[in-house]
Amino acid sequence: MIAAFDLVLLLFVLICAIAAISVKDLLSAVIILGAYSFFMCLLWAEMGAVDVAFTEASVSAGIGTVLFIAAVSKTKRRSKD
Amino acid sequence: MTRVTDDIIIRAVARVMIPFIQLYALYVIMHGHHSPGGGFQGGVILGASFILYLLTHGLEEAKIRMSEIKAGLFSSFGVLIYSGIGLLCLILGSNYLDYGKLSTILKVVPAQARSLGILGVEIGVGITVMAVMFSVFFDISTGGELPEDEE
Repeated sequence: MIAAFDLVLLLFVLICAIAAISVKDLLSAVIILGAYSFFMCLLWAEMGAVDVAFTEASVSAGIGTVLFIAAVSKTKRRSKD
Repeated sequence: MTRVTDDIIIRAVARVMIPFIQLYALYVIMHGHHSPGGGFQGGVILGASFILYLLTHGLEEAKIRMSEIKAGLFSSFGVLIYSGIGLLCLILGSNYLDYGKLSTILKVVPAQARSLGILGVEIGVGITVMAVMFSVFFDISTGGELPEDEE
């Protein structure tokens, strides 16, 4: 466990989280959420929880992104608020 | 979302990649009890390979390989494996999902019977997760309307 590496990864996680809720285009928000999941996955793996990292990578970044894109394709692409 | 594509590159890449994705998913399921991974993660990867097939080959071809009814049957079948192994342990006179007693049927030492028992449970979990993931994507991509109803 390296503290500086943790802090850099946490900074990326924070940037991705803020970007995902502030962007207007829903498809971009889904892709940024996928990037968020991958940074969380790296953070779990770096902290020694390999099983949790594996679940995060396969479920959240893999299936979750596909399901969100399928849901976005059924609705309007731009958010109103 | 699920229209049929004629793009040769997409179909060829999917045809090459899907067997390797499925092989990796089986590896994750089989090694789940002594390395990271397991039934849930392996089942998700196996479901992702079927979703890739549906995305690249369209709904009609995917229904030949894995229809909505088959996905429902597989999801029930996985739960049946899980609870069947648990009840088998109960019938043999120990607690629910206590695999040590399976050694009397499998003719192995109890430690190996525990390893084989958790492997059977992982296979059941993997089949259920694969079928449910495919079913969820199937429902979202068709908008909840089954194509049989339109005919």
